[in-house]
Amino acid sequence: MIDKFRADPLAALARIPSGATIAVGGFGSSGRPDTLLDTLCDLDRRDLHVIVNNVGGDFTGIGRLLAEGRLRRITCSFPVLPDFYTEYFAGRVEFELIPQGTLAERLRAGGAGIAAFYTPSGAETMLADGTFPLGYDGAGDVAELIPAKEHREFGGRQHVLEYGIVTDFALVKAYQGDPKGNLRFRLSARNFNPLAAMSGRYTFAEVEHLMETGDLHPDDIHLSGVFVKEVLLRSELSPRLPVGRLS
Amino acid sequence: MTQTSAEAPVAGRDRDGVARRLAADLRDGFVVNLGVGIPLLVPKYVPADVEVILHAENGVLGMGPLAAPGQEDPDLTDAGKQPITLITGAAIVDSATSFAVVRGGHLDVTVLGALQVSGGGDLANWFVPGQNPAVGGAMDLVAGAREVWVAMEHVDRKGRPKIVERCTFPLTGRGVVTRVYTDLAVFCIAGGELRLTECAPGITPDIIAERTAAPFVQDLPG
Repeated sequence: MIDKFRADPLAALARIPSGATIAVGGFGSSGRPDTLLDTLCDLDRRDLHVIVNNVGGDFTGIGRLLAEGRLRRITCSFPVLPDFYTEYFAGRVEFELIPQGTLAERLRAGGAGIAAFYTPSGAETMLADGTFPLGYDGAGDVAELIPAKEHREFGGRQHVLEYGIVTDFALVKAYQGDPKGNLRFRLSARNFNPLAAMSGRYTFAEVEHLMETGDLHPDDIHLSGVFVKEVLLRSELSPRLPVGRLS
Repeated sequence: MTQTSAEAPVAGRDRDGVARRLAADLRDGFVVNLGVGIPLLVPKYVPADVEVILHAENGVLGMGPLAAPGQEDPDLTDAGKQPITLITGAAIVDSATSFAVVRGGHLDVTVLGALQVSGGGDLANWFVPGQNPAVGGAMDLVAGAREVWVAMEHVDRKGRPKIVERCTFPLTGRGVVTRVYTDLAVFCIAGGELRLTECAPGITPDIIAERTAAPFVQDLPG
């Protein structure tokens, strides 16, 4: 019998080691798996490479990982949090900045078995020409650059070669999940969650509602449970803004 | 160019006027993405007989106005993380599909602000060196949208032209801008050529030329 429900986040996420590469869903705090991220902190994991669209605007979620010094590298398009840049310029965290659509497609491609693809996004810019600092040394000098990306012309336009991302783990958040791991998202909280889930070799889903098998109609499942290994209930202790009229 | 900054400002269109002028060029059925700044003023000036679908990078097609206070839903935001509403008939997609809309030729227009636009259509609007870098979807939008319309002030706060021969800020995309709407003028860019197609009321081509640091061709009606 397939039953992917897990009651104890600490026991479930214990398999994630320090040093892991982790794709995380969410757009800002919308659709962010806060319970799983808090659990990662409670497990005292460090040296993590996190692939996520934003660090966020405060010290919850990814911001808590940053504040507790648990990040080795962030791959993202829009960090937001000023403290992230303080850590970056001080040489305490690496910053792989990539266009948002490229991030989404790299996660999708990795999860779909596509090794690499060409996209026009970022062609002939400093995110593709090998001049953007990936990291700094402790003295304020550039320690390493994001490598230059291969350019190639298609239809008279320049494109860059981008690689699919396959991660050790993924942490995603959904509105509903069933014992088979099938997920249903809600409104714009869907965003990067299905893509992060596909990218992960071992994906944990945090859901607001645990459903019985069969409660989710096959046509209404946004992400098949084949992409999900374990399903956990979102903690009521996780930060959550008031829900409005569309709930 | 330093002489320009000493001159008294000329009265062209205000920010709402630029948005209204741009909105008049939107066509019924367009799928449109709006950046921050003047572009966010565009929806209230879309003509009554024109329906556009507003796209937000985080997967919204059919964005409505901002949510009223007390009506916010944390599961429904725009790309600036502001709480929004949906129009009737809206659709939600994931981020990869959202950017398939952008790059796949399904987005008719992206309207963006700019630090600089070159006469050949290069755009710089994502990063001021010395500040904190972040890119979001800007590079995907300019690379993918069928048209890239810039809505901006004609000169910066120090009076320096923002339409330049060559961008000095880091590029968002090369040769991507197709139209520029400013307080003083409307330009079209095609085939690497900057064409002045319209002067704002009370503004002459000479006034525009004094405040534009790239050569342009006059292509005015009449």
